[in-house]
Amino acid sequence: MKQLFAFIRKEFYHVFRDKRTLLILFGLPVVQIILFGFALNSEVKNISITILDNAHDNNSEQIINRIKASDYFVIAKPVTGYADIEEQFKRGNIKCALIFPQNFTADMVRSGKVQVQVIADGADPNTATILVSYITSIIAGYQQQLNPGARLGYLVVPEIRMLYNEEQNGSLNFIPGVIALIFMIVSTALTSVSIVREKELGTMEVLLVSPFNPIMVLIAKAIPYLILSIINFIIILLLSVFLLHVQIKGSLLLLFAESILFIITCLSLGLLVSNVTNSQQTAMLFSMMGMMLPTLLFTGFMFPIENMPWIFQAISHIIPSRYYFIIIKAVMLKGLGFSYVWKETLVLAGMSVLLLAVAVKNFKIRLS
Amino acid sequence: MKVLRFILRKEFRQIFRDKTILAMMFALPIVQLIIFPLAANFEVKNVNVAFVDYDRSTYSQKLLNKIASSGYFRIVGNTISYNDALHMIQKNEADVILEIPHGFERNLVREGMQKVNMSVDAINGTKSTIGGGYLTAVLADFNSSLDINIKSPNSSVITPAGSIGVTYSAWFNPLEEYKYYMVPGILVLLLTMIGGFVTALNIVREKEIGTIEQINVTPIKKWQFILGKLIPFWIVGIIVFTVGLIVMYLVYGIFPKGSIALLYLFAAVYLVALLGFGLLISTFSNSQLQAMFVAFFFMMIFMLMSGFFTSVDSMPAWAKQISTLTPVTHFITVVRLIVLKGSGFAHVKTELLYLVIFAVLLNSAAIINYRKTS
Repeated sequence: MKQLFAFIRKEFYHVFRDKRTLLILFGLPVVQIILFGFALNSEVKNISITILDNAHDNNSEQIINRIKASDYFVIAKPVTGYADIEEQFKRGNIKCALIFPQNFTADMVRSGKVQVQVIADGADPNTATILVSYITSIIAGYQQQLNPGARLGYLVVPEIRMLYNEEQNGSLNFIPGVIALIFMIVSTALTSVSIVREKELGTMEVLLVSPFNPIMVLIAKAIPYLILSIINFIIILLLSVFLLHVQIKGSLLLLFAESILFIITCLSLGLLVSNVTNSQQTAMLFSMMGMMLPTLLFTGFMFPIENMPWIFQAISHIIPSRYYFIIIKAVMLKGLGFSYVWKETLVLAGMSVLLLAVAVKNFKIRLS
Repeated sequence: MKVLRFILRKEFRQIFRDKTILAMMFALPIVQLIIFPLAANFEVKNVNVAFVDYDRSTYSQKLLNKIASSGYFRIVGNTISYNDALHMIQKNEADVILEIPHGFERNLVREGMQKVNMSVDAINGTKSTIGGGYLTAVLADFNSSLDINIKSPNSSVITPAGSIGVTYSAWFNPLEEYKYYMVPGILVLLLTMIGGFVTALNIVREKEIGTIEQINVTPIKKWQFILGKLIPFWIVGIIVFTVGLIVMYLVYGIFPKGSIALLYLFAAVYLVALLGFGLLISTFSNSQLQAMFVAFFFMMIFMLMSGFFTSVDSMPAWAKQISTLTPVTHFITVVRLIVLKGSGFAHVKTELLYLVIFAVLLNSAAIINYRKTS
């Protein structure tokens, strides 16, 4: 036992010696939380729109005023015609153009039907779809005001309730994903270098000739990073609660237990990588460049997994962060208990045991 | 000039010696460029709807059919109570609950208006929010079909004094296929990751191995050393970019609408800026681990702020400024403009100015920060 503590202390010295890495380790989550919390949102607003008003009458101007008044649009400088619209699109100045025909009001009164034209920038299809629905609803609102007494046919009106997120706090959507992403990459990368570095530097030999159980070496390697990751987790939680007003609905104890389990899974993966690679460079390129995109893709917080081709759906099942993402959402945001997440917990536990077992088996106690 | 030639020969030998890294530089981006757009898809399909029908009437059945046939939804249960549906949301089996109250049909015919409850799992990211929007659109469509179907005498519909229709077209991508948006962006990201990570590791490795001291005692100038590091990776970058363009055409059928020469001009300047940044990190770091973590930190910010995932327009002012100070933002914008819209030089010359400034600043910083004496 005393030996183990001495080893853990040695590992801590290694960690604390490299101040810059430590700074990044704690800085990365903080910066990410701030960026995601305040800068990035899937909401679409401030879209530059240009208006080609061939009518210049009362109705067209009223609609333009409504568009101006909404948060969604910023009116760009007016255009002279279709060629000019294309020019503005090519400069990237506008995302959308709204065109009123001549005799807008006259046609509206005479024939009872009139069309406005919307041209959206199809190069960004998501924004295009959303802004068209904005414009349609602004115009529908104007029409409602024109004919206050009129009944627009039969109406089935949806009343929308936002479950788990009444205030529509955008942070709730990404916090679980960011936590999963950070642990998956940082924890794995840290441990993946730990053993291979000793191999490169030659200090591994010293460890191997000491009267010390090789499994203990692995455990001693993992413990400092486990503690660092837990501190990181606490920082992220505090930031989410106090800065982004995320409410933790479920049991804090369960949340911690599940997170520690996930961190252990990642550390085991890192140890395995470290055991099978021969240079720090390979270990790092694998655990950072190799893992970054798959984690981003297959955790499910950016792109819905159900829409992917089946082969990717199958791959996503071996990515540990996918399970943790489900667990943390259920416990933290939905306030559900263990009975809802026992399956995912079991998968993570199984992965940890398997990865650790393979890592131990691959841990060579002889130099070849 | 002769000195530079010798440095270049040395650097090329080092690159070609390490076959794993060489393979990784070319294979990784190509494989990811092929795979990523297939998986990274914001298009929302298969939204799981729990349909709770307390009315069980002809019209509620019609509504159900309408939703099921729209192609976006999957009905995951329709004989259940609201509590059962909520349970399905908790277990991630459903994304949206649509609840049809008792007397739906009766109220609709008599009063012409009926509310239905829609409960969206609002922490499920894009899927539920967009799915909820689609469902609202399907309801609107349902409403207009009702006008034709219901012909009861006391519900004559008053045509309003003028209805304004909206016609809609999407230029540059009429079918609104998502790949046109994704693929050019991914190409830029991969080029950035390769260039950034590999150069960030480069000088610091010479420091760790100790070979940098041999260079330091020679009369090689600082700028020659940095240029010698830059040129080989610049060539690698241009090759990766070319291969990426070919993959883009062969796999996704996307051929640049604008001038290819212009595209290469931007790529050339961008690579100088990017590699300068990698080299700056490398001169600044003491170990490969450190260089990798610092590079990772910035890559993450570049990726998130560049407008690749979320639109820059929607960001708050301070975030827009960070985004402007990120070279990737300008290059992604330009590549999308040239490839998708066929913009010419006059349209994008400000972006070129930005990239030139980045290239000069970052490389000067790298040259200044590289010290021959410690």
